[in-house]
Amino acid sequence: MTTWPILSVVTFLPLFGALVIYISRGDDDAARSNSRWIALWTTLVTFAVSLILVWRFDATNPDFQFIEKASWLASGITYHMGVDGISLPFVILTTALMPFCIIASWKSVTIRVREYMMAFLLLETLMIGTFSALDLVLFYLFFEGGLIPMFLIIGVWGGPRRVYASFKFFLYTLLGSVLMLLAIMALYWNAGTTDIPTLMHTAVPRSLQTWAWLAFFASFAVKMPMWPVHTWLPDAHVEAPTAGSVILAAILLKMGGYGFLRFSLPMFPLASHDFAWIIFSLSAIAIIYTSLVALMQEDIKKLIAYSSVAHMGFVTMGIFAGTTQGVAGGVFQMISHGIVSGALFLCVGIVYDRMHTREIAAYGGLVNRMPLYALVFMVFTMANVGLPGTSGFVGEFMTLIGTFKVSIPTATFATFGVILSAGYALWLYRKVVFGTLTKPALASIKDLTFREGLMLFPLVFLTILFGVYPKPVLDMSAASVQQLVNNYNTAVTAVKAAALIQ
Amino acid sequence: MSFQSAGYQLLPVLPELVLAAGAMALLMLGAYRGGEGTTKLVTSLAVCLLILTGALELMLPAGKLTTFGGSFIVDDFARFLKILALIGSGATLILSAEYLSDPSRRIFEYSILVLLSTLGMMVLISAGDLIMLYLGLELMSLALYVVAASNRDNAKSTEAGLKYFVLGALSSGMLLYGASLIYGFTGTVSFAGIAAAAKTGNIGLVFGLVFLLAGLCFKVSAVPFHMWTPDVYEGAPTPVTAFFASAPKVAALAVFTRVALTAFPGIVSQWQQIIVFVAIASMVLGSFAAIGQKNIKRLMAYSSIGHMGFALVGLASGTVEGAQGVLVYIAIYVAMTLGTFSVILTMKRNGQPMEQISDFAGLSRTNPLLAFVFAMLLFSLAGIPPLAGFFAKWYVFVAAIKAGLFTLAVVGVLASVVGAFYYLSIIKVMYFDEPAGELDPMRTELRVVLAITGIFTIFFFVYPGLLVSVAAAAAKSLF
Repeated sequence: MTTWPILSVVTFLPLFGALVIYISRGDDDAARSNSRWIALWTTLVTFAVSLILVWRFDATNPDFQFIEKASWLASGITYHMGVDGISLPFVILTTALMPFCIIASWKSVTIRVREYMMAFLLLETLMIGTFSALDLVLFYLFFEGGLIPMFLIIGVWGGPRRVYASFKFFLYTLLGSVLMLLAIMALYWNAGTTDIPTLMHTAVPRSLQTWAWLAFFASFAVKMPMWPVHTWLPDAHVEAPTAGSVILAAILLKMGGYGFLRFSLPMFPLASHDFAWIIFSLSAIAIIYTSLVALMQEDIKKLIAYSSVAHMGFVTMGIFAGTTQGVAGGVFQMISHGIVSGALFLCVGIVYDRMHTREIAAYGGLVNRMPLYALVFMVFTMANVGLPGTSGFVGEFMTLIGTFKVSIPTATFATFGVILSAGYALWLYRKVVFGTLTKPALASIKDLTFREGLMLFPLVFLTILFGVYPKPVLDMSAASVQQLVNNYNTAVTAVKAAALIQ
Repeated sequence: MSFQSAGYQLLPVLPELVLAAGAMALLMLGAYRGGEGTTKLVTSLAVCLLILTGALELMLPAGKLTTFGGSFIVDDFARFLKILALIGSGATLILSAEYLSDPSRRIFEYSILVLLSTLGMMVLISAGDLIMLYLGLELMSLALYVVAASNRDNAKSTEAGLKYFVLGALSSGMLLYGASLIYGFTGTVSFAGIAAAAKTGNIGLVFGLVFLLAGLCFKVSAVPFHMWTPDVYEGAPTPVTAFFASAPKVAALAVFTRVALTAFPGIVSQWQQIIVFVAIASMVLGSFAAIGQKNIKRLMAYSSIGHMGFALVGLASGTVEGAQGVLVYIAIYVAMTLGTFSVILTMKRNGQPMEQISDFAGLSRTNPLLAFVFAMLLFSLAGIPPLAGFFAKWYVFVAAIKAGLFTLAVVGVLASVVGAFYYLSIIKVMYFDEPAGELDPMRTELRVVLAITGIFTIFFFVYPGLLVSVAAAAAKSLF
């Protein structure tokens, strides 16, 4: 093991790229092209460096690795970074998807390209930091800091209702997060530190657990988003530029699930156990209700947004089942959904760039003019449905198994959701791709360009690879997931035993 | 009386003496020199005088110094806040350069008044008894009344000065009445003596305390004594508004903290409820009332009301951590406020100052760097991490949580979300709207102030330790 701070390098490399773009001044075509290339290379290099993390990662060790620690705010609040089997997949997901986002914005973003690329690179730093921070204050800094670039991305480069969507996104998320901030403060006074590994092994008094769990829940439920606080998501998705939607669906939503895994379950096991029924109910409602809502959508992006809420319902359900399959399935489902939903938004972006509309009714019969596109779109649609052989199946299946052991009603309702998801996804696919090409505007539509193929085919490959061979992701997280589940069960059974003695 | 005789040393007041003598000398210089360039010369010398005063303050022997029989205290707390007040005043004088360069308004007295007001602040920060407190407060306020009306041909400015004077006089009356009641029930005016006598919540004493706190609330513009703030902020010339929003707030908050923590530590529960109410009311009103504002200066008035509420959250906890939180908060607040006002002062088109929020439209395209720094200042005022404003809120709320003031903390953070809305609205105008036209080029002195405050706000998170540890030491000296 060498000693260079590899995790910090991965985290702050994009920020460095943003500074380079800032220094290269000008607003002519050359400057725009420069900033695109700098952004692309920065994200590619970041991805390459992040692969070193995978290379050196010891999957048998359930604890944090690549630890970096430096004094920062006070004795108990330090600059502490590290990843374990739960956070590393998210770090890789982030670094892997960013180049696609840059490529997706290559042609479609024409105004203020420099600022756009800088905002994305800044956002990448903040997202990687969120997943690798091992101090609550540091985590909060990255977690909340991400609001600033995303607010600007939606607001400056978004669609017609961008102002409304960006405000709703910002204030909704902030409202949930400030309550978490208070809980962080309470934990700080309880343990005298905000160090996450230390807090994981600190017993939190039961009453504080309850309140802190609710406060963290407020933040992560909004971020996730869970029904009924999901209403910001369709607006934000619809108005955001394509790459913004990709980041939002693929990575920002995962922060909520990651938060549940990193904080709620290990730090407040008793409260998690007590409140599991709330999560189960909300997840079941989310799966059924938002699937039904998705069936009624007329806007492609909105439909995918609602389907994201439904899929996140599987994740929360699996996580709070507290079983190995449930938690591992939750992690896998998030990674899979990151790839699939990101790819779906890229697909929508491709036809939007050509037609400048996202109305489902404006399309139909695309297969006649765009056979390649139809193929790619089908793979992702099937993955969204959860067809065996695609990555979407593995996650849903595992979370369902994990939940059946704990709550049969929840799992039953969730299974209905799988059928509904097939309904809306196939319906969307049929309306957009199949049929005869009757709309005159579509008569001259072109198939995928080289650039678009470049960004979609790797994702097709990953979707199918993880569908037939999910081992790389599952192995990476297995040890950490097992430790998390063991600690959770030990804490819960200890309390149950104590209750029996009394 | 020798220079060193016990109890009446002059060393602790040396910086104040230098400032007072210097202000008088500058007054003579201005009055007798006259003619072109006098205003500029006096202003420059005034800034130098403030720097000299700050240097002297830092060179005083370490530890707690008292003089005039304990009525003047120089401890780490006083040093911290005096330096802050001097920075605020100095920066204001720099920001005023353009205002004073107008040929129709060559008033060198402006700088002298700022100096005298600063002298009042320093006395106020060091006050160890009620008499000294009143002396400092009046010296500060009287100078401020005149400065508010300094644009005397402008009806709004005159109105602002008059309004400020009438309401300020009323609050001084309340404060004096409270002080006399406290004196009557404890038999002493010194804070230490009051602390010794006020072990129980005698009803008369509490009555006096309420009046005293009401007077102080007026000076920090906390609800329900905030009514003067929007009108005065809007009416006064913009550099003067920047001054009102920075240095006097430091001094008023300092004396607020010192009185509460050193004179009434025995009856914390009595004044705590008052502060909790005032803090909640200020945060909520500051957040909600600002939403409808169209004028940026009026908006900043409500913003400062809200921020004083947040600072008082720290005081409400009544602990060392709370006092530290207040100090960190006010330091970061002064930086953010000075930065914001240097942007507002820049907003000129063809020499005409613009004060409407809509005038910022499209600033991110006509002047990207200015818009970026301003957006960061606004995000910071809203308390979004990783900017400095987040750390300010962190320290006051941590103290409140530790003291068990959960309701206060919850209301506070919710108010901060509401507050975020109107800061975002300004950012929206700058970034999402179409440009409204080019601005006049930014003046050098404004650039300097904005650069320093902007860098402080954006990069505070890299090395927050210094300010925090100095504030911690300053807070400890009160206990």
